[in-house]
Amino acid sequence: MSAYRLDYLDQLESEAIHIMREVAGQFEKPALLFSGGKDSITLVHLALKAFRPGKFPFPLVHIDTGHNFPEALQFRDELAATIGEKLVVRKVEDTIKSRQLTEPKGKFASRNALQTYTLLDTIEEFGFDACIGGARRDEEKARAKERIFSVRDEFGQWNPKLQRPELWNTYNGRISKGENVRVFPISNWTELDIWNYIKRENIALPSIYFAHERTVLEHEGQLIALSEFIQLDDTDSIVTKKVRYRTVGDMTCTAAVESSASGIDDIIREITATKTSERGETRIDDKVSEAAMEDRKKNGYF
Amino acid sequence: MDLLRFITAGSVDDGKSTLIGRLLFDSKSIMIDHLEALEKQSKNKEDGEIDLALLTDGLRAEREQGITIDVAYKYFATPKRKFIIADAPGHIQYTRNMVTGASNSDLAIILVDARHGVVEQTRRHSIITSLLNIPHVVVAINKMDLVDFSQDVYNNIVIDYAEVAKKLGLKDVRYIPISALNGDNIVAKTAALTWYEGPSLLDILETVELADDIDLEKARFPVQYVIRPQTEELHDYRGYAGKINSGIYKKGDAVTILPAGFSSTIKAIEHNGKEVDEAFAPQSVVIHLEDDIDISRGDLIVKNDNRPKVSNEVEALLCWMDHKALVPGNKYLLQINSKQVRSVVKEVSYKLDVHSLEQIASPETVALNDIVKVTIKTASPVAYDAYQELRTNGGAILIDETSHVTVGACMIQ
Ligand SMILES: Nc1nc2c(ncn2[C@@H]2O[C@H](COP(=O)(O)OP(=O)(O)OP(=O)(O)O)[C@@H](O)[C@H]2O)c(=O)[nH]1
Ligand SMILES: [Mg+2]
Repeated sequence: MSAYRLDYLDQLESEAIHIMREVAGQFEKPALLFSGGKDSITLVHLALKAFRPGKFPFPLVHIDTGHNFPEALQFRDELAATIGEKLVVRKVEDTIKSRQLTEPKGKFASRNALQTYTLLDTIEEFGFDACIGGARRDEEKARAKERIFSVRDEFGQWNPKLQRPELWNTYNGRISKGENVRVFPISNWTELDIWNYIKRENIALPSIYFAHERTVLEHEGQLIALSEFIQLDDTDSIVTKKVRYRTVGDMTCTAAVESSASGIDDIIREITATKTSERGETRIDDKVSEAAMEDRKKNGYF
Repeated sequence: MDLLRFITAGSVDDGKSTLIGRLLFDSKSIMIDHLEALEKQSKNKEDGEIDLALLTDGLRAEREQGITIDVAYKYFATPKRKFIIADAPGHIQYTRNMVTGASNSDLAIILVDARHGVVEQTRRHSIITSLLNIPHVVVAINKMDLVDFSQDVYNNIVIDYAEVAKKLGLKDVRYIPISALNGDNIVAKTAALTWYEGPSLLDILETVELADDIDLEKARFPVQYVIRPQTEELHDYRGYAGKINSGIYKKGDAVTILPAGFSSTIKAIEHNGKEVDEAFAPQSVVIHLEDDIDISRGDLIVKNDNRPKVSNEVEALLCWMDHKALVPGNKYLLQINSKQVRSVVKEVSYKLDVHSLEQIASPETVALNDIVKVTIKTASPVAYDAYQELRTNGGAILIDETSHVTVGACMIQ
């Protein structure tokens, strides 16, 4: 390899920084959607590289479902405070009240779908014209199809059959009033790339990503953390296991994986060897139907 | 580790998606849960068989119709290389999506159905491959199982395609007979094709030489964003943030800011928050200059030893991507990297005929998917290189000012 050749991680990093700066250069009111998960933490790390010593040209925005892991919330607040950037939190709970939304029922009733309402309201409240998100194309088959600058109509809807051409690294962020763009700087990263990058850059993560003892409900092969948000039945099998989280979503729809990986190297080893995909192993919400993600995106989801 | 970005192209149903599925399957890159899902969804197949195309055809509409509509990106790695795959649609209606996927590819696999040979879409995708200057081409003659693995059939298609490749000036072209469905010659060589002496497809992908694909001579740095903290301690900090598209920049280099033409010297370069003596493409950096000059987004910082052209009139090959026809005299926004200028398409001198690959002078209409030669006048000068010489500073898009949609891809000449 010549001295002037970039390793793939450096290439991905540079591409992501370039995309973030395009957002800063092209939009009036961008936002970075921050969930407290590893992908959005990586985004924040990339934003530091893109904009320091200046301030971020956008606030961090968290749509709080009320079902988050407390560790992730604490991490969110500490991170925002450490880097001294603005954090906007909007709660699904409030949207449910103000818009009289109906909460889903059932054993693992998830507010995942309701998030979209809060997100769209928040976009409207602040007049956000671009929202940076940490979605990756390797996650899911509908995401594999999405542009890096993904235009949404005034209802937040994605139209997968009518995406704009997107050539080279030239991003067209022009939109009509009411529309907004979802921007995905780490589109081309895989789960393993993220972990290798976190290791290389020594990025701090919430503790739940590492193996810890937890009391979980064993349900159809998946391990769901006990919390006040899920309903227990007498027949449920409750066990205490050493687990870690591979993704961090809501407590109601994210499953833990059994693991003794206490450090980043152990995690990378496990992810390299795994035969199950990230979402397949950890997300309950994708199992609803074959096109669950596509349908949610069409409705304004990230 | 190296990264190769490639696309699968070719006519509808030639087996592009199946090929990607096969490549991922045979290289054991498909996760068990995805495989289980595929098995469930492969309703049209016999028991146990899976429809590998479903791996990339992820949209509802694609699965219903059994065709690819938009590009799917897939990722896999072997011990030798990492790959980003763009699986393009073959249908003519979605050509612009193929253009999208092709624009970032280092290599194109062009599939040809052994039963049908080189057809119109094969030629169209080859033209686009040539226009976009994709450095490497692999022509995969697919469905060999349906022609009894006949060497004659293969040879005839190779002869036909070589003609196309010659006319289009495609440079590095290789040929390989495959069966995407059965996995012949995809990851491993096959007993069914003993007469073929070349490497397997994966072998080719793992070994194609990538070193010269980035130009390190012509230094081009488009400014994306100006970092000005304006705090007390960083009062005078003024950094130009951007990605080096080509070339190498060093502290002390004499530079010119285009299109204005100011000169200055590089005072410092920051990469990831640290000062460095030099930086090179494709790194994202912050550049500081000795002089306080008015520089903003869209300006291009170049080194004095090699300069691009600066003009308010460019000639370009244009791939038209809108349902509305191109109207000469209409105004569009022209965007080249971070620079946007108003422009007008002054003249359409010829259209490329997809069948004969000949030029048709002064075409009456320019419709979706047409490839034409145009002269574009811009409201203010732009700094550019010929696309065929420097891909990263010669490609521009046209944006409709009222719909905001990207309507054209320009390869500046
Ligand atoms: N017999 C045989 N059939 C094949 C082969 N490769 C693909 N097919 C079949 O050809 C049909 C079309 O395959 P796809 O992979 O969907 O074709 P495509 O090129 O992706 O089509 P578009 O993306 O819609 O342009 C499917 O029924 C495949 O099973 C092959 O090598 N041999
Ligand atoms: Mg296909």
